[in-house]
Amino acid sequence: MTRLTLRIDPIACDGHGLCAELFPERIELDEWGYPIIGSGPIEPELEKHARRAVAACPTLALRLERAAASRRTANAAHRAP
Amino acid sequence: MSAAPATVARVQAPLGLPRLLAGVRPDGRPLSLDAHLRRHGPLPFDGRRGHAAHDVVSLVAQSGLTGRGGAAFPVATKLEAVRAGRGRPVVLANGAEGEPASGKDKVLLAYTPHLVLDGAVLAARAVGAREVIVATASRTAAAAVAAAVAERRDQGISIRGVTVPDRFVAGEETALVQFVNGGPCLPTFTPPRPFERGVGGAPTLVQNVETLAHLALVARYGPEWFRSVGTPDEPGSALVTLSGAVRQPGVYEIPLGRPFAELLKEAGGITVDVQAFLVGGYFGTWISGADAGTARLSNADLAPLGAALGARAIVALPAETCGVAETARVAAYLAAESAGQCGPCVHGLAAVANDLERVLHRRDRVDESLLRRRLGLIPGRGACRHPDGAVKLVASALDVFHAEFTRHFNGHRCSGGGRPVLPTKREHT
Repeated sequence: MTRLTLRIDPIACDGHGLCAELFPERIELDEWGYPIIGSGPIEPELEKHARRAVAACPTLALRLERAAASRRTANAAHRAP
Repeated sequence: MSAAPATVARVQAPLGLPRLLAGVRPDGRPLSLDAHLRRHGPLPFDGRRGHAAHDVVSLVAQSGLTGRGGAAFPVATKLEAVRAGRGRPVVLANGAEGEPASGKDKVLLAYTPHLVLDGAVLAARAVGAREVIVATASRTAAAAVAAAVAERRDQGISIRGVTVPDRFVAGEETALVQFVNGGPCLPTFTPPRPFERGVGGAPTLVQNVETLAHLALVARYGPEWFRSVGTPDEPGSALVTLSGAVRQPGVYEIPLGRPFAELLKEAGGITVDVQAFLVGGYFGTWISGADAGTARLSNADLAPLGAALGARAIVALPAETCGVAETARVAAYLAAESAGQCGPCVHGLAAVANDLERVLHRRDRVDESLLRRRLGLIPGRGACRHPDGAVKLVASALDVFHAEFTRHFNGHRCSGGGRPVLPTKREHT
């Protein structure tokens, strides 16, 4: 079974903070109200909470993604400015 | 299929260094197309020869050439990824160089624009692109590119220059792509990365202009020639921008792995006692003068010091200058240069810059552990690496200038003086 991970689009995120309220097991807020997401895939028993947090984000900044190796390949081609 | 890849070298390959800047005009004006061709010979794989794609990619793969913009990603891998994408690819040559301490891309474009354009055209043939865009922020470089484009004809390839805003984040590859697509010159959320979907939605090869210039030489003189300088793991040469307390600041071409001391010697030595060097520009790392004395300029050699070459901007900080003050000034600059899009970058860098400002001016005692905690929470939380790079610089300052920081944390007066050393805006374009 494919595990899922949470990812934030930091440009879209406005720091409303609903995600941390709905999914405190994995999301906390920094001192300015922006989410910090615990690393690693979501445990299956917590997936429902994760989905609720994603659905509640007013700016659609929170996403659930498959924890796949392909992401790593894509990120590897990134260059620093 | 063709047999061996044909490297067409009708002129002698440069034996030593410089390679990229070989034969440039002493008056700083760009080499004309004629002078360029006399120096390096005709462009191989000119579009009529065939097999260009296979040959160029395999030559580049054998050479081990990596990106010279800072991330050192293998060029052949990127070429393959773009070529394998869906749609007609585009080549975007990145000469934006938003880093104030770096001047190597401007120098390269201003002195030898055709070498960069050769590389861009070869890369275009390799990935099947018909369009090459050259992004610059400096007027001198833009003019040299425009004049060079007007001089040449590359069958089946159109080349145009684009002038991007002169700001720090403009050189980030997604910012360039968004700008060329008609948007603001600011980073975007990834994926998609430009190699997947870039200019006009097409797979886009974004390569630093120095990388392309090396590619043009690899295609002419071959991978063995390329690997004849540098280290086995980091082959070839690279441009370095050296500034600060050295007798002859400027752009130098070094074999990767060169002893730091040799570079300093070539630059006429240091002008005063140097306490530390900033290596890798403003996303880089401070290293102490003592560490620099024995260091070699390769990523493998710098790794134990927690440093990397990055885009190879190196600044020598005089012993009399306060490292805390210099770091505070650059941190404020980087906070102001944030694209302003991501909360952790906007608020995080502003908070760090504010902490450093308070440390410096003894407005009140600053809790070092709070500053360190902030530095730990910021990286990895922006759309681009701007916050990560800024935080890395400050964190290395806390280590290298620890004694100075401790004095400041405890409310003592700044022991240093002198004029600012690290540039925070362009002095000339």
